[in-house]
Amino acid sequence: MNAPTLIARRIARELRSGMLVNLGIGIPTLVANYVPERVKVFFQSENGLIGTGAVPEEGMAEPLLTDAGGTPVTALPGASTFDSAVSFGLIRGGHVDLTVLGALQVDQAGHLANWMIPGRMVPGMGGAMDLVCGARRVIVAMLHTAKGEPKIVPALTLPLTALRTVDLVVTELAVIAFPDGRATLLERGPGISLSDIKAATAAELIIPDDVPEMWP
Amino acid sequence: MQSICVEDAVAQIPAGATIAIGGFLAVGTPERLVDELVRQGKSHLTIIANDTARPGTGIGKLITARLVDRVIVSHIGLNPETQQQMMAGTLAVELVPQGTLAERIRAGGYGLGGVLTPTGVGTRVEEGKQRLEVNGRVYLLEVALQADFALIQAFAADYLGNLTYVLTARNFNPLIAMAAKTVIACAKHIVPTGLISPDHVVTPAPIVDYLVTNP
Repeated sequence: MNAPTLIARRIARELRSGMLVNLGIGIPTLVANYVPERVKVFFQSENGLIGTGAVPEEGMAEPLLTDAGGTPVTALPGASTFDSAVSFGLIRGGHVDLTVLGALQVDQAGHLANWMIPGRMVPGMGGAMDLVCGARRVIVAMLHTAKGEPKIVPALTLPLTALRTVDLVVTELAVIAFPDGRATLLERGPGISLSDIKAATAAELIIPDDVPEMWP
Repeated sequence: MQSICVEDAVAQIPAGATIAIGGFLAVGTPERLVDELVRQGKSHLTIIANDTARPGTGIGKLITARLVDRVIVSHIGLNPETQQQMMAGTLAVELVPQGTLAERIRAGGYGLGGVLTPTGVGTRVEEGKQRLEVNGRVYLLEVALQADFALIQAFAADYLGNLTYVLTARNFNPLIAMAAKTVIACAKHIVPTGLISPDHVVTPAPIVDYLVTNP
């Protein structure tokens, strides 16, 4: 199993029936492919859709029906569409139960940076700041390191996305939560040792006595 | 509402105008109006929109043609030309969180001076803005946005200018329609008055100044 698939499958286990869920672009989008059987969630695309379905078959794409990355999608029975003010009312108003987002950095308290690298890459925050501010639960899906550099750091060196901290970080090496504002290792990746995780993490990490292997 | 050809619709937009344009990564963007802005070479524009799309699509065409001095958008990540012009200092980019952008435009169209949002508190977005505490929670005062022109893409318009939208092509269109002095709409279908059920009208006819006739 490659790293993105592992991460997406692990996060999919956090889904519960009835949840309204917003998935970011990249690894987060993959989560939709691994919704457990019998779990029925609503996926929101912030461009104005609840009930986002799979990518349509070749030749069946409707150009006016896409996800927030511009990829043609389908709308499931029971879907609804709305304008951007309603879409962000859902997000900011606390009606979205879970969002899964990518990250450039997460600090040891759970603060997220994911919208710009000053002077180098400025994609913009899009909906990320509103999502982190308003969603009931925030999960980060990311590779543990970027070009060998740890992404889980003592303090952010990149601009902050929101004061609110994330609830869970899932990487190919580890599952990390932030109880009492301190990064705490909950699970380790398949075949990954504690020393592997420590070597790839710059932040101070609380390591409980028992850290089970994750079941993706 | 007045019907108008696309050439005349764009001819009335002066260089230097502030234009709000519907669409999300060009889905729901009036491409005919954008193409005509490029053809007529309308320059020094300020664009209010969700994003600058990709090169060759929607607002991306205005960026490529270097007609834009300033954009107020939430995302430029899929248009490397926007990034290049920003880094070169020829294009000013004001990045606004998407939900804040929607609300600033809504406020502009609804007669409000602005909105209070928790989004952006403690981040770079807060710079230069007033912080207010209401009922124990901290908010930023985000001021209303208005445009000289709104360029709308609807799915259907009737002969009076009532507009309706489909699927994810609605996005910012109904919001900007309320927030501009002059509203110019394109529609995929122009249908006799009465065919759009009153309950399905999203943008009411009196808001629309010009409907671009189909070719």
